[in-house]
Amino acid sequence: MPTSTVVTDIKQVTIRFSGDSGDGMQLSGTLFSALSAILGNEIATFPDFPAEIRAPQGSLQGVSGFQVRIGSKDVYNSGDKSDVLVAMNPAALKVNAPFLKKGSIVLYDTDSFDKKDLEKALFKTDDPFAELGLTDVQPIPVAMTSLTKASLEGTGLDNKGVIRSKNMFALGVVCWLFNRSLEVADKLLEQKFGKNPLLAQANIKALTDGYNYGNNLHLTASTYRIETVDTSKKGFYTDINGNTAVAYGLIAAAEKAGVKLFLGSYPITPATEIMLELAARKDLGVKTLQMEDEIAGICTTIGGGFAGCLAATNTSGPGLALKSEALGLAVMTELPIVVIDVQRGGPSTGLPTKSEQTDLNQALYGRNGESPLVVMAAASPTDCFDSAFEASKIALENMTPVILLTDGYIANGSSAWRIPDMDEYPDIKPPYVQNYFNGEDKTWKPYRRDEETLVRYWAVPGTPEFQHRVGGLEKDYNTSIISTDPKNHQLMVDTRKAKVEKIADRIPSQEILGDTDADTLIVSWGGTYGHLLEAMNQIRETGKKVALAHFKYIMPLPKNTAEILKAYKKVVVAEQNNGQFANYLQSQISGLCDIRKFNRVEGQPLKVNELVEEFTKIIEEK
Amino acid sequence: METSGIKYTPKDFKSENAVRWCPGCGDFAVLNCIHKAMAEVGIKPHETAVISGIGCSSRLPYYMNTYGFHGIHGRACAIATGVKVANPDLSVWVATGDGDALAIGGNHFIHTVRRNVDLNIVLLNNRIYGLTKGQYSPTTARGAVTKSSPYGTVEDPFNPAELCFGARGRFFGRAIDTDLKNQVDVMVEAAKHKGTSVIEVLVNCVIFNDGIHKSITEKEWKADNTITLQQGEKMIFGKDNNKGIVLDGWNLKAVTIGENGYTIDDVLTHDATTPDNTLQLKLAKMSLEDGLPVALGVIRNAPEISYDEAFEKQIDDLQGGKPKKSLREFLLNSANVWEVK
Repeated sequence: MPTSTVVTDIKQVTIRFSGDSGDGMQLSGTLFSALSAILGNEIATFPDFPAEIRAPQGSLQGVSGFQVRIGSKDVYNSGDKSDVLVAMNPAALKVNAPFLKKGSIVLYDTDSFDKKDLEKALFKTDDPFAELGLTDVQPIPVAMTSLTKASLEGTGLDNKGVIRSKNMFALGVVCWLFNRSLEVADKLLEQKFGKNPLLAQANIKALTDGYNYGNNLHLTASTYRIETVDTSKKGFYTDINGNTAVAYGLIAAAEKAGVKLFLGSYPITPATEIMLELAARKDLGVKTLQMEDEIAGICTTIGGGFAGCLAATNTSGPGLALKSEALGLAVMTELPIVVIDVQRGGPSTGLPTKSEQTDLNQALYGRNGESPLVVMAAASPTDCFDSAFEASKIALENMTPVILLTDGYIANGSSAWRIPDMDEYPDIKPPYVQNYFNGEDKTWKPYRRDEETLVRYWAVPGTPEFQHRVGGLEKDYNTSIISTDPKNHQLMVDTRKAKVEKIADRIPSQEILGDTDADTLIVSWGGTYGHLLEAMNQIRETGKKVALAHFKYIMPLPKNTAEILKAYKKVVVAEQNNGQFANYLQSQISGLCDIRKFNRVEGQPLKVNELVEEFTKIIEEK
Repeated sequence: METSGIKYTPKDFKSENAVRWCPGCGDFAVLNCIHKAMAEVGIKPHETAVISGIGCSSRLPYYMNTYGFHGIHGRACAIATGVKVANPDLSVWVATGDGDALAIGGNHFIHTVRRNVDLNIVLLNNRIYGLTKGQYSPTTARGAVTKSSPYGTVEDPFNPAELCFGARGRFFGRAIDTDLKNQVDVMVEAAKHKGTSVIEVLVNCVIFNDGIHKSITEKEWKADNTITLQQGEKMIFGKDNNKGIVLDGWNLKAVTIGENGYTIDDVLTHDATTPDNTLQLKLAKMSLEDGLPVALGVIRNAPEISYDEAFEKQIDDLQGGKPKKSLREFLLNSANVWEVK
C-alpha cells in the first residue's frame, strides 16, 4: 500500500456509494452531495435503488446505489462511469464492476467480504477482483464494520445502531479522499438527527473516525481535490431534486396567481415525493389530499380546479393510465389542472425505480375522443421548478389541463439551485369571468370564449350571478347547453384543438445550442438534457460541428420547429424510448422524412460515450 | 356557507334547462324536493354546488340554478371532495344513483363516508341501470330478471345503509320519492349536518323497473309497511297508528300496542344521535321479509368533526394566526442553504 499522498486537482469526479438496500448508501450519497454543493461544487446525482425495500441481504438484487458527480463546472449529468466506488459488500462490487473507469478507486468493507458473503453474490472464488477482471483498479480494503464498532464503543448506541453507522465511517473515508472538511458534514448530521442527539453524536463520531483513519493511514496513491466553483450568480443556494423542485414550482405559481394550491394524489414510485413535500407545506397553506386511488387523485384535482384552486396531481405511467378518462373530462370542461407524470420503466408495473421516456405517446394520445391538451417536459432537476411554474401558468391562463413529463432520473437526481427571487418570474393572470362580464350580462355562457385565444372564462363557485353547469357531455358552441348536433360537435372539436395550438403564440421559440451552421442537428427532449449537452460539447471539442435542439414544449411545439428541423441535412432524435418523439415530429411536420433515431430503453440514463460515438458516425457520413 | 337571511323560494334554485327524464320518473320528485330543501335551508344559490356522476339521476345538476358539475361515471364523490376542500365555504351536494355510487364508484363512496367530508349525497336508488337500458345494479334483489340477468341474478345486493354504516357514516336518512314531506325533512337535516350525509331516496323507474318499491310506496300498504322515524319520538306506525317497534332479545320486533301485553312503554324511542350505531343499523336493515316495516326518515345523525373542517383547522394551527410565509421566506429558513456572495 503506498504511503505517500499526492493531492490531485481535478475538474470532475464521479463517486458511487453502493451496498445493501439497508446499508444507508442513499444517506451517505445525499450528504456527500449536499456538502459538496455547499462547498461550491456543481453536482448531479443519480440514486439507483431496487424496487424492493429490503431484498435478501447481500444478494445482487438488493444492491442500492447512489452516484454523484461533482465538479467545478459543467456538470450536466451524473456521469456514465465512476472514479470511486464504495462497495459495502461483494454484491455491490459485482453489480458496479462494469461501470468502473480504469484506475478507479474501490473502497470496500473487508468485514463483509468473507466466504459466505462472496457466495451470496454468486462468486465462485475467494478473489472477487480477479474473478471480475478488475486488474486495473486501486482497491482500498478497510475493515469498516469492526472499525465502526470500535469507534462507537461505549456511546450507548445498541449493536444494530452501531452497525448501521458504518455508512458514516465510509463517508468519512471518502471525505478524506476528497479533502472535504468535516465541519459542514457535522452540521448536516446535527440537522438530520436533531431530534436524537445520541444518534447525531454517534454518526458524527463514526464520520470523524473514518476521516482520521483515512488520514492516518494515507490509504491511497492519490487523493482528489476538486476546485470550488466560481458561481456566477450571487444569492442563496440549496440543493434540490426534481420532485422537490416540482413541488416548489407549483407553490410559486399559486403565489403568483393569488390562488390556493391543491394537490389530489395517490402514492406511486417515483412520483410520491412531490406529494410528501406538498403535504408538509400545509404550513404554507397548501391543500394536499392523499386519496383512495389514482382516479380519486385526479377527480379531486378537477373538483379543486373547478372550485378556483391551482389544482395538480402527481403520478407515474400506470397512474396516468388510470387517470385517462378524467383527463378527458378536464379537456371537455376546460379546467386548469396540472398533471405531473414522473416517468418510469414500463409497460404495466415495469421497472418502478428506473427511468424512461416511454409515456410520451400516452400523454399525447392516451384518451378517448379528440382530446387535445398541453404536454411539456422538464429538462433537469432544477428545471423542474421552472417547468412546474410554466405548466401552471399555461393551465391557469388558458383554462386547459397540462401534462408535465419528468422522469425518475431528474426526479431523484439533484443539483445546486439558487433560491429564486419571484420578481424574476412573470405574472399569472387567470381569466376570471367577473373581470370581463357583469352578472347581468346574459351573453356570457360557460363556454363563451375570448375570440383571439379561444379561452373560456373562469366562473369560480361562490361568485355571485355566474352560476353555471359544466360537464363531460358535448355542449353547444353558443348556448353552452348539451348538444349532439353534428356540425356543432365538429366545431367544438376543432375549437378545442385550435385553443391548445394557439398557445404556441405565447411560448418561447425553440433554441439551438452549439454550432447553428453544422450539418447535423441532435434533437432531444425532457430529462436527457444533461447527457445530450455533454455529448454535444465532447464532439465539438474534437473540432467537429454539431448543434442541439432540446425541447421542453411538446404540445404545442414551438412555432419555429419545422423551420429548424428542415434547416439541417442530418437530424437525429435521441430519446429513452423506441422513437415516440421522432414519430410525433414526423406526424406534425409535413415533409420531414429522413430523420435518424437513437433509442435506448434500458431503464438507465443515456451513456454519453455511446451518444458521442453514434453522433460522430452520423456527422462523418458523407 | 352562512344562511343568508334572505327568504328563498324553490324557484331560486331551478335552472331554465328543460328537464328530460321520462314522464313519470321518480327523479322529478327528488329534484323538486332538493329545490325545496335548499330554499328552506337558505344558503345562497351561488354558494351551492351540485356534483354528479353518470346515469339518469346524474343529469340533476343541469336542472339547478346553482354551480353544477356533471362528472364521469362513479366519480362524483371524489370530484365533490375536491370542491369542498378547495372551498369549504360552499354547500356541496352530490346527485348519484345506485350504479354510479355503489358499483363503479363504490370505492369513492365508502372512502368519502369514512373521511366524513361535509357533503350531502343524494343517492337515487331505483335498483336498476336506466340510462343503459335495464341491466341489474348492485341494489337489485337476488334472482331479479333484467336485461343482463335473463335467468335471474345470482348475487346478493348491497343495502346502502349497511355500506354507509360499515364505512363509519355519521348521517343516514331514507325517503320515498313520492313522500315529499319526509324527503324534504331528511334533506334539510342532511344539509344542516356537518359531515357526510347519505340520503337514500327510493325512486321508481317507470320504464325498466316499474313498481319495484311498490310494497312500501302504494298508499294502501305504505302505512303498515314503513315507519317514518322522528328524533326523540316513539317508533309508532301503521294505518291506525297502533303498531310499534320493540326490542325482543337482541332483535327488533313489530307489535300491536295493546295486544299480547305490549304497551306504549315497551315501544322504543328513536335516537339518531347516539355515536354507537348498533340500534340505528338494525333500524336501517328492517325489511318486510323479517316482518318489520322499512325505516324512513333520519336514521342516524351523530355529528363528528368533518374532514374539511379538520383540514382547515390543521392549516390554521400550523400558521398560528401569523401571516402566511412566502415560498422564498420558507426556503431561506430551511436547512442546507448557503450564500454565494
